[in-house]
Amino acid sequence: MTFEPLLIGFTCNWCSYRAADLAGTARIKYPPNVRLVRLMCAGRLDPTFVLKAFAGGADGVVVTGCWPGDCHYREQNFKGLRRFLLLRRTITALGIEPQRLQLVWASAAEGERFASEMGRITEEVRALGPLAWHAGSAAAPTAEGETRAAAPIEPVGVTA
Amino acid sequence: MYWASSCGGCDIAVLNVHEMLLEVDRQFDIVFWPAAMDAKYADVRSMADGSIDVCLFSGGIRNEENAEMARLLRAKSKVLVAFGSCACEGCIPGLANLGTVDELFDAVYEGPGVDNPQHLVPQPEWRIADGATGTGVLRLPVFSPMLTTLDQTVAVDYFMPGCPPESARVAEVLKLVIGAMGGTETLPPVGSVIGAGTSTCCDECARDRNLKKIDRFVRITDLAEVDPRLCLLEQGLPCNGPATRDGCGALCPAAGAPCIGCYGPADGVVDYGARLMSAFASVVNATEPEEIERILDGIPDPVGQFYRFSLAKSLLRGGRNA
Repeated sequence: MTFEPLLIGFTCNWCSYRAADLAGTARIKYPPNVRLVRLMCAGRLDPTFVLKAFAGGADGVVVTGCWPGDCHYREQNFKGLRRFLLLRRTITALGIEPQRLQLVWASAAEGERFASEMGRITEEVRALGPLAWHAGSAAAPTAEGETRAAAPIEPVGVTA
Repeated sequence: MYWASSCGGCDIAVLNVHEMLLEVDRQFDIVFWPAAMDAKYADVRSMADGSIDVCLFSGGIRNEENAEMARLLRAKSKVLVAFGSCACEGCIPGLANLGTVDELFDAVYEGPGVDNPQHLVPQPEWRIADGATGTGVLRLPVFSPMLTTLDQTVAVDYFMPGCPPESARVAEVLKLVIGAMGGTETLPPVGSVIGAGTSTCCDECARDRNLKKIDRFVRITDLAEVDPRLCLLEQGLPCNGPATRDGCGALCPAAGAPCIGCYGPADGVVDYGARLMSAFASVVNATEPEEIERILDGIPDPVGQFYRFSLAKSLLRGGRNA
């Protein structure tokens, strides 16, 4: 069976989600691997969302927002940018490849760009292979992807 | 009171309630407390289920012995308290969840400064063929792949955070339990955090707080002097107060040292590190990626900073419910 990466995308309501909408109405094709979650702003991105996505089985996470200077809430996308940069450092230290977490700026007019970026990221994550962070393992994989103990598990604290 | 994978500091914290201990002794028959008195596991096994009123369980679950004692004490106790940071969220021993058991054993038995020419490593089972005292099999508890917290192993009634819990808080909790047994007090709902607040360490901190804009993160030794009144985070010291539960009285910041987060996550926090990353990233005073990265370089060990006490309870490196 070929590996289809699962990506979770956190998009901002005002630019990048509109870009995704535009890609749709313009019938631009991009891989269906990305599941979008609409936030009001990239600044709404709680690092918990990203960690929860990885813990819950996502192979990659994309955060999107308005271009710097274009934020509907003036400068909250910079807050999203800073959280993204800090998160990327932390997940790397925890053993997840940094390419699995990416940031894309896209304006409401950039349906084409949104689609091509989703395509690029999907292929990058596909090349990395499955993250399988807790697939059937009591122990999470290390950076090299080994150490799987056998025991059915439930992700901790992920219940709503 | 029992200690699993812990340092024993929690036992000391209980002893530090001073004269209150006499009251505890008057109210309770202390049946099992390896740190303070002689008692055997067999004594506990021989007790009827539910015959222990309160069990303060400190330490995480690192091996089969810890897990067995957790299950045993759960069965024998009416009220099981995860006592201290290790039992609640893994604490320092939980940082071992960053690596594999092999890596851990390598570090401990073959690491720098270790003289182990025969490369001896503990074996869970060792057969003795012709020993001076006869033949047989010696067994050690099997080491678990990951450290789990008490509530990832058995059902827990209450959580008492802290590394160790402050003795004043311990005394309050003991008083509450004694009161509840006498019918003058009622215990909080099962699952509650006891002996601590619901807000954050910042709420207890007396330092002056302003709108934060952090231009650099520094170590305390990099500062010529620490302003005695200003928020430590505003001075560039990575202080974990914003994500940490109150209850300690903000002792560390009061002494000029940043909070390191031993009281665990504040109410409603799913992942302690995520909350803290959110707080730190929000106050970094930069909008250019290069400048942000330069400021973040001031936190060289993000896992140590954000998960020092809570890795075993974290979303990504947590132990799992058994």
